[in-house]
Amino acid sequence: MTTGLVVERIGPAASVQDLGRPGWLKAGLSRGGAADRSAFIEGLALLDLPLGTAGIEMAELGGRFRFEAPMRFALTGAMMRATLDGERRDVGASHFAAGGAVLDVGAAGSGVYAYLQVAGGIVTPVVSGGRGFHGIGGLGRLLRAGDVVPVAPDPAPDTPLTRLERPSGTGPVRLMPGPQTGLFSPDMLKAFEDAVFVRNPRANRQGVRLDHQGARFSTRAQLNHVSDFIAEGDVQMTGDGTPYVLLADCQTMGGYPRIGTVLPTDLPSVAQARAGEELRFRFVTVDEAEAAWQGDNELLASLKLARIPQSRDPRDVTDLLTYDLIGRPPEDVAGH
Amino acid sequence: MTDAPELLPLGPDGLLVRFADQLSEPANRAALAFRAGLEDIGNPGIAETASSLASVLVKFRPDVLARKALEDELGSMLAERDWLEAPLPAGRRLWRVPVALGGAHGPDLEAAADAAGIAPEAAVEDISAARLRILALGFSPGQPYLGFLPEHWDIPRQVDVTQEVPRGAVVVAVRQVIPFANAAPTGWRQVGRTAFRCNDPGHDPSIPLRPGDEMEFLPVEGRTLDRLLEDASPHGGAERFEIP
Repeated sequence: MTTGLVVERIGPAASVQDLGRPGWLKAGLSRGGAADRSAFIEGLALLDLPLGTAGIEMAELGGRFRFEAPMRFALTGAMMRATLDGERRDVGASHFAAGGAVLDVGAAGSGVYAYLQVAGGIVTPVVSGGRGFHGIGGLGRLLRAGDVVPVAPDPAPDTPLTRLERPSGTGPVRLMPGPQTGLFSPDMLKAFEDAVFVRNPRANRQGVRLDHQGARFSTRAQLNHVSDFIAEGDVQMTGDGTPYVLLADCQTMGGYPRIGTVLPTDLPSVAQARAGEELRFRFVTVDEAEAAWQGDNELLASLKLARIPQSRDPRDVTDLLTYDLIGRPPEDVAGH
Repeated sequence: MTDAPELLPLGPDGLLVRFADQLSEPANRAALAFRAGLEDIGNPGIAETASSLASVLVKFRPDVLARKALEDELGSMLAERDWLEAPLPAGRRLWRVPVALGGAHGPDLEAAADAAGIAPEAAVEDISAARLRILALGFSPGQPYLGFLPEHWDIPRQVDVTQEVPRGAVVVAVRQVIPFANAAPTGWRQVGRTAFRCNDPGHDPSIPLRPGDEMEFLPVEGRTLDRLLEDASPHGGAERFEIP
């Protein structure tokens, strides 16, 4: 029997997301899925969920959610201040909500995309092999206040809660050469590595625009190249030489030249950069890029190993009664 | 145009087999045939393949298949035959799609005919007589790039982008025709409109076309098209035939 997650308030760009729809490139549909796949998979790890599970993606602004049934949940990604029935809850950890509890998630203090995963998983209908909203694919829609998102029951509400230490490395974003890198002169490639970019306010799940001081990035000859495949992470130079880093919902093909491809492991730091934040890039070889590649399964397994039990001082736990301290199912005491 | 197919990296888990860096019919045929050949092999290290106008994208699993091994495999497959001479793959379909050309549904027909150096009537004739191939699906999901119109249709994109053409707008440029999957801005010229849905999440499969399929446009009156748009009939009144 499904239960509901009631959306009482929500930002304008929040949606149900999963890890996308691989296998549709032949039909012109990019994979899509969570804009920050690492943060999304962190949420899966915290709740022992499989890779196919869907959650809620919030962009810049949070939302207010009411749990219709007792449910563990996890918050990951952008640092959004969250409270559960008025009590502070951390990002990067799993938590327990009693039936009727209200989770209030504020605007992001840092980062852009945050994820709310629920232990039962979101069970909206699967369309074309996925549950996620895909804007240019015309699949799904953004969440609205008043939505009741169907959720499967928590299979193991008594599971101990965990958290993950968040890595804080912030070097230059690594990119690898792509099919059109050779169209740019060595000087231009050097200038690209030397430039300090600032994320433009124009950004969405399709891509983010970058601004910088200095010469535009144009190709050696304005040849009329035939439209060809685009990869998630490609840095595309539009007609006037403005770089865009393409994200999950990008087009599958395009005619603008691309200077390189941001490594999937580094793409979250671009997606999570806020307007005005600085970004730098550094080329790595194809071999280095391949060595840094990590499959979703592998990442999920390593994150599960990195989980730390949450030790909370019982005196700080106002929802103590909702824990299964004496073997009663939490439903019996939920709602007091 | 480069003489040999090139193998190029596209992301840490992608390899692009590029048959030409310009639009060409043999290169498109090569891409279709090469992708079909790859699918037949069914290498478990290959996650997915797709063909574009003149290239094939191979997405692979770097934890199962090393790039070097995949390059070797693709290289020997490329050497097996002259792919530019390959016949079209089997299992293709012909779509006969009703389209209203000119008038309110094709505001740029005259300008397009003018650019092609022919009369509007001749333009209608060319577009209705052409048997076009789906060179690739892309830009928007399910949206076909169709080619090729006769050589005098090698007309450039417009300098000024049309802010929005509706879903089903039939646009032309550079010897190609595209029926738009969704309302979108375009630099191409709108010569007509169809009720054909390139991507209809309400249907299974949501994306009816496949690269290599062929399409013919069956001219209809503007009124007939209005009715087809209203009825929202499956595939906008188009008929589908298997190509033997």
